[in-house]
Amino acid sequence: MTVNAPAKPPTAPPAPKQKRVRGIEGARAWQAFWLLLPTLIAIALVAGFPLYRTIFFSVQEANLTTPGQATYVGLQNFWFTTAEGIGLGFLQDPQWWQAVRNTLTFTVVSVFLETVFGMIVALVVNSAFRGRAFLRTAMLVPWAIPTVVSAQMWAYMYNDSFGLIGQGVLGGQALLADPSSAIWALIAVDVWKTTSFMALLILAGLQSLPGDMYEAADMDGASKWTQFWRLTLPLLRPALLVALVFRSLDALRVFDIMYVMLGANDAASTSMTGYARQQLIDNQLLGVGSAVSVAIFIIIMAIVVAYVTAFRVKFD
Amino acid sequence: MKKAIALFSLTAAIAASSQAGAVQVTLACGTVGQELQLCKDGAARWAKKTGNTVKIFESPNLTNDRLGLYQQQLAAKSDAIDVYQLDIIWPGLLAQHFVDLKGKVPAAEVNAHFKGIIDADTVDGKLVALPWFTDAGLLYYRTDLLKKYGYNAAPKTWTELATMAKKIQDGEKKANSTFTGFVWQGKNYEGLTCDALEWLVSFGGGTIVDNTGKITVNNPNAAKAIDTAASWVKSISPAGVTTYGEEEARGIFQSGNAAFMRNWPYAWALGQSPDSKVKGKIGVAPLPSGGNGNAATLGGWNLGVSMYSKNQAAAIDLVRYLTGAEEQKIRAVEAAYNPTRPALYKDQAVLKANPFFGSLLDVFTSAVARPSGPTKLKYNQVSQAFSGAVSDVLNGKSTGTAAVKKLETDLARIKGRGW
Repeated sequence: MTVNAPAKPPTAPPAPKQKRVRGIEGARAWQAFWLLLPTLIAIALVAGFPLYRTIFFSVQEANLTTPGQATYVGLQNFWFTTAEGIGLGFLQDPQWWQAVRNTLTFTVVSVFLETVFGMIVALVVNSAFRGRAFLRTAMLVPWAIPTVVSAQMWAYMYNDSFGLIGQGVLGGQALLADPSSAIWALIAVDVWKTTSFMALLILAGLQSLPGDMYEAADMDGASKWTQFWRLTLPLLRPALLVALVFRSLDALRVFDIMYVMLGANDAASTSMTGYARQQLIDNQLLGVGSAVSVAIFIIIMAIVVAYVTAFRVKFD
Repeated sequence: MKKAIALFSLTAAIAASSQAGAVQVTLACGTVGQELQLCKDGAARWAKKTGNTVKIFESPNLTNDRLGLYQQQLAAKSDAIDVYQLDIIWPGLLAQHFVDLKGKVPAAEVNAHFKGIIDADTVDGKLVALPWFTDAGLLYYRTDLLKKYGYNAAPKTWTELATMAKKIQDGEKKANSTFTGFVWQGKNYEGLTCDALEWLVSFGGGTIVDNTGKITVNNPNAAKAIDTAASWVKSISPAGVTTYGEEEARGIFQSGNAAFMRNWPYAWALGQSPDSKVKGKIGVAPLPSGGNGNAATLGGWNLGVSMYSKNQAAAIDLVRYLTGAEEQKIRAVEAAYNPTRPALYKDQAVLKANPFFGSLLDVFTSAVARPSGPTKLKYNQVSQAFSGAVSDVLNGKSTGTAAVKKLETDLARIKGRGW
């Protein structure tokens, strides 16, 4: 399409009507619009409408079983103190803040570790050695397993009475039982799972680096270490930042690991999405649940904007 | 005239047959223990008898997960499921989505069930569901091990239980490093609410929220009860007990790795099955007392017909069949599910299969209800706050006294403008 495009205009405009000339460009724009229309409608239906409903319900008092009987309450779902001094808004719920703290810890630590390990793995599989193709495929296995499955698998491994780790390595310690150790156990699972994704993105970045640059560096007598810090890392920055943004977003809205490994109630104090689910589904509070979802949306948006502006990430 | 009558009866016959014939009813079954198989068998018997077909919908294992799924179906007014299996704490929550069985089921049939359960199934005069089986917490113990360590009866108090469990555990650990004294439901979910309510009541700590809706949990007895349970973790119970539900506890007990277990009656038949390592070595007793008598939490499941069902007549017939005496008897004999009909507790076949049913009838009839009545739509939040608070104490993050104090604040917050 893009190759043909510049070639056509000179041959296409026939003399009769001057208007037609602009019409070609216009027609192309229209064609593009019509081609995009189904996608736009689909996005409006699957993303726009739910988003609108969520924002709509976040300012209503509503019950999940009777969404039709919603009444407008303004921002009371977020913050409201009764005459007796009892805070009813979710921002006044300590459990929400615990969930936020835990999610942030989870995000920062797991994304950091994944980046470091991903970089190491990528550098290893980027160098030429026998069996490289096999290793590149093999490293994707954890990423390929659905999270629900791998989380259940790890929950069994952590089990204190029959688990490979819980019983075998730790001799009967129940890592998941204690919330302060559970978060580290969850981070370990996430790192195990997504390091390969990070490695893949970084590997793609590494492959685009010109090989002659390193030859020149070798000629100039730069050590491998200097080459990594002065050449590889700066040139890798764009790819690395995109990967970081993706992983941070994923980690911030983590849900399945917590839900499967800790259960609904404990997941609600370990992840923001778990808290939203508990309010919405278990507690039937459609209004509060939607308000929490809106808050999560805002938090994630703010972090993305911060990332993109601070690091000048380019997505193209 | 004759012709008219003939014609009339013919049309009636066609109408009747088209109504009764070949409908498909979807039944949501639980999947804990043998539940699913029993559910399928019972449905198949009804299908064979009536010529209808039954599609089985397999529900999630944990009751919390099940509720979430059902509520989504019901809120969407989905006709995908005709008959729902309802936990005893749900009628107040879901009443509006279910057909009023009063008037559609003969009064005599309704009255043949335990009155307490019928009361729990009745919301604002509407009979939401019929009782299918009842449940109460029980103490399971290993008769062979008690004898081996010189005990001749099940423990009467929690202190006694702790002493016995410790002695047996210390002895058995020499040969079996994974052996543990006492397993129960310590995971932060509805099951922990049940277990902890039993501790509270047996210590005289009340029922979290009383019948008038007053929050009563902040009292020294309740604190003591929770502290006592916390003292079991890592001493007579494994560290991982705070991640166990019903099935995890049963798995450990049934593989011969625990001396005591708190569980529901369904664990009996499974423990006596041929592949069970503890077959013939299980005793069942009321749960120990903390000084205020023994207490068992009332559980149990009921069957209700969805308002959005397209085959309500057939669905009601299925419910009546499954909750009927004949079917409840089969379930009691095959899998130790407690009948909700007092008459069946005198049935010889039932008593032969479950020798403890007769002597523990008191436990079943006087079981303590969770505060789902007074807290209505907010019961789930109350239960979560309670199990969360207990869980904090069990994990050593809080003490009993601090936990019940904080819980009182949390419950006041949940109560907000009223239950």
